[in-house]
Amino acid sequence: MTPRQLIRPGDWLVLVTAACAVLALTGKIWFPSGNASSVIVRSGGNVVQEFPLTTNAVYVLTGPLGVSEVEVHERRVRIARDPSPKQYCVRQGWLTRPGETALCLPNQVSIQIAGGAGYDSLNF
Amino acid sequence: MTRSTFKSVEPAQSCITSDAPRPNPANAPVSFKASPEDRHIARLAAAAVALSAAEAAFPSPLPGVKPGIANIVVLLVLYQHGWRTAVWISLLRVLVSSLLLGSFLSPGFALSLAGACCSLAALGLSRLLPSVWFGPVTQSVLAALAHTGGQIALAYFWLIPHAGLAYFIPFLAAAALIFGAVNGVICARLLRAQSIGMPAPLCVQGV
Repeated sequence: MTPRQLIRPGDWLVLVTAACAVLALTGKIWFPSGNASSVIVRSGGNVVQEFPLTTNAVYVLTGPLGVSEVEVHERRVRIARDPSPKQYCVRQGWLTRPGETALCLPNQVSIQIAGGAGYDSLNF
Repeated sequence: MTRSTFKSVEPAQSCITSDAPRPNPANAPVSFKASPEDRHIARLAAAAVALSAAEAAFPSPLPGVKPGIANIVVLLVLYQHGWRTAVWISLLRVLVSSLLLGSFLSPGFALSLAGACCSLAALGLSRLLPSVWFGPVTQSVLAALAHTGGQIALAYFWLIPHAGLAYFIPFLAAAALIFGAVNGVICARLLRAQSIGMPAPLCVQGV
């Protein structure tokens, strides 16, 4: 092999293409498109009900430990109150994007935002 | 490189001191002779194993994020001895370093093997690219991305079939891109140093 440039023209092409692909992938994974349309509430693993995010409301659920409150406010949703000792799901705060989940374990209550994913080109 | 010549790598040491009579002369004589090429491959594989063992001593911010410096050896071998030898070096590296580190047949070993197979496939395909335009950097980046991709696929379908795994993909892909590029540049430098007759640094002395 004769001495050549360390990084050849095609190498730059590959580097730039790969960097763009990684960035695009990051955007798709971390910032998924689509609108959060509703919140799915589960208790003990079973879907209890699905509430729209368009209506501001506080929903009260009863788990094994006590009462959990799910609050919907301006297209966001959170666990407002929960009897779990560590309060992880409460401290998680507001959920806004499709797929986001808050799970209150001892009380077996979870909320997940359902994504109206606009349209999914993969399924076309 | 054929299968039989590879097999002779290990027992080569015993050939030197095998003056003692064989315990069972009725058996067909089993004599292994290590060709210089075999010894050469063993030496290269040892260099790759040493690099991955050294690398394992460093903490990683995220499971799966590793510089993969042993792949520099695989790349050098790819350039100087061809793809088949690179396959041997890479697979020997995975096997022996897992034995050294105690991860043989563990999930980590399976992930390592899957990554190695995918990156070898990528290296094989990348040789089709014209070498005037595409050098070691391209091959290293493609191999690193394939390595990570294969690992993520195996982890998803076998270990953690949960969509949450996708959250880590950007970290892993970015690390693969960066480390792949760095390793590729190092390999290109070593190849250049050797081609213009400079004293070969580091492990290239074995190459």
